[in-house]
Amino acid sequence: METKKFKYVYDKPEALVDKVTHYCPGCGHGIVHKLLAEVMDEFGVREKAIIVAPVGCSVLIYDYMNFDGCEASHGRAPAVATGLKRVHPDNIVVAYQGDGDLLAIGTGEAIHAANRGENFTTIFINNAIYGMTGGQMAPTTMENQITATTPTGRDPMDVGYPIRGCELLNSLEAPVFIERCSIHDFKNTLKTKKAIKKGIKNQIEGRGYSFIEVLSTCPTNWGMKPQEAADWVKDTMVPYYPLGNFRDN
Amino acid sequence: MSDQILMKGNEALGEAAIIAGCRFYFGYPITPQNEVPAYMARRLPDVGGTFLQAESEIAAINMVYGASAAGARVMTSSSSPGISLKQEGLSYIAGAELPCVVVNIMRGGPGLGNIAGSQGDYFQSTRGGGNGDYRQLVLTPATVQEMADLTVLAFDLADKYRVTVLILGDGYLGQISEALTLPKPTGKVFDKPWALTGAKGRKPNKVASLRLVPESSLEELNLVLDEKYKSISANECRSESYLTDDADYLLVAYGTSSRICREAVNELREEGIKVGLFRLITAWPFPAEALRKAADKTKKILTVEMSLGQMIEDVQLSVKDSDKVDFYGRSGGMLPETDEIKRRIKAYGN
Ligand SMILES: Cc1ncc(C[n+]2csc(CCOP(=O)(O)OP(=O)(O)O)c2C)c(N)n1
Ligand code: SF4
Ligand SMILES: [Mg+2]
Repeated sequence: METKKFKYVYDKPEALVDKVTHYCPGCGHGIVHKLLAEVMDEFGVREKAIIVAPVGCSVLIYDYMNFDGCEASHGRAPAVATGLKRVHPDNIVVAYQGDGDLLAIGTGEAIHAANRGENFTTIFINNAIYGMTGGQMAPTTMENQITATTPTGRDPMDVGYPIRGCELLNSLEAPVFIERCSIHDFKNTLKTKKAIKKGIKNQIEGRGYSFIEVLSTCPTNWGMKPQEAADWVKDTMVPYYPLGNFRDN
Repeated sequence: MSDQILMKGNEALGEAAIIAGCRFYFGYPITPQNEVPAYMARRLPDVGGTFLQAESEIAAINMVYGASAAGARVMTSSSSPGISLKQEGLSYIAGAELPCVVVNIMRGGPGLGNIAGSQGDYFQSTRGGGNGDYRQLVLTPATVQEMADLTVLAFDLADKYRVTVLILGDGYLGQISEALTLPKPTGKVFDKPWALTGAKGRKPNKVASLRLVPESSLEELNLVLDEKYKSISANECRSESYLTDDADYLLVAYGTSSRICREAVNELREEGIKVGLFRLITAWPFPAEALRKAADKTKKILTVEMSLGQMIEDVQLSVKDSDKVDFYGRSGGMLPETDEIKRRIKAYGN
């Protein structure tokens, strides 16, 4: 057989470091990392990219991305990204944040960066839990969902209803792109990539703030197997967090 | 002198930052430092810079963090309650070894306190208000001229050591108008190969304080920081000794309270009483050796602060005989009085 007939149709993106991640089996973070890296490669902007890491399970994302990276304290990634982008308007800055990071401790920074229409891209990983600290209630934890700090299930009368990030930001004038996606199956994962691609394209074109929410899995703290976790996203999260585009200006 | 101009302390500081090459400013309004953001908002666009009013002091210090990580000369300013909010950011900045200039125009506390000048944040400034093993360089101007001169110095020191330089002024100093000669740029250039500019033709740069693996590497970072802090301690102590050579009594103060002390020294000298003033220009590193020298032959040392006693701990640690260290302070926005200082010195007798 002639080997020259074979060509690579699928390869590790250059923008992704070739190493084993620390993520649990079935975790959504690794999937989204790869999508982001592919998008960077497809636009050829790896050498311009700067990732701003959250505090959460993906705190080490800068070790997995083969481009410049910056730590931010818990919830402050949008402010750090603002500082970076204001100094280097031609670099491609991505703030990657979890739900505790973006919608609890860092709500102020998230809303105001979006409201200023900062020309960077936010990827918001909604896994309905605080993964890193061992499964406490997140602002996005579902009603009745059992977590370490809601042992009898989240009671909205006591701790409020889960917050919808896209809808919240959609009340602002400035953002140019807001979309909620999911990685619970292959089709939705491809849609997620498309949304990330749009968010980066907007930034390259200097159009302003893009926000991509990704419904993601945390099998470990949900106490589920990977497939069960994916199903739980589809059956429990998606009905409350409708998928789709909220804004595409 | 024709090159002298009249400026408010806060504005002189702003202009000096621009002279020093600062092109990015992030801040949140709070009295008595509002002239700084207003000045930067007016002036920075003229020089191609960026002024941004942040949504909080927390956001502002994190914007500073981002801009510094990007390699820019950057500043924020605030007053006491706002500086408290910046402490987490300052700790991260120390851990990530980023250079920046932070201005605290102190007001009365604790809590919301009041808006008059105070020196109640000495502990927070010199002991580290954020978490972890870190230090920041603290400069303590006493005149509008020094507000400008020390600001220019602050940017060079920040870049040289990759640390936060805190300019510790107070509401009186920020608001007072005095003649000054604007400083010149030092022209010093600092390479920043660590800055985040995009990994073009080089390996990716990472700006972070997190040190998880291997477990020992956090101690390695702390030891690197410690070396740096030792070098700062050895090389950057600054102070002024005024009429201390023959002094029987020594006043120790910084900032606005040192101005009052200087007046007391002059008046007491006219009465033939041999008194001198030791004034801090750096609060950290504390100029312990210079103080020890100035204090050596004195009978009594009066520490004067606009607080109820913070710097005095460093004075006691520095001099040979801590028993001879006495204290006079006013707080809550009140100023120490010249007459009271004179009365106390006279009461020490011979
Ligand atoms: C100021 C501060 N408070 C609390 C923590 C502890 N902490 C680390 S990660 C985290 C929650 C992260 O949850 P999320 O943002 O949802 O990210 P995930 O791990 O789920 O991806 C918390 C509370 C911290 N590091 N800093
Ligand atoms: S704890 Fe959850 S979010 Fe964290 S790595 Fe494991 S699965 Fe992913
Ligand atoms: Mg989470």
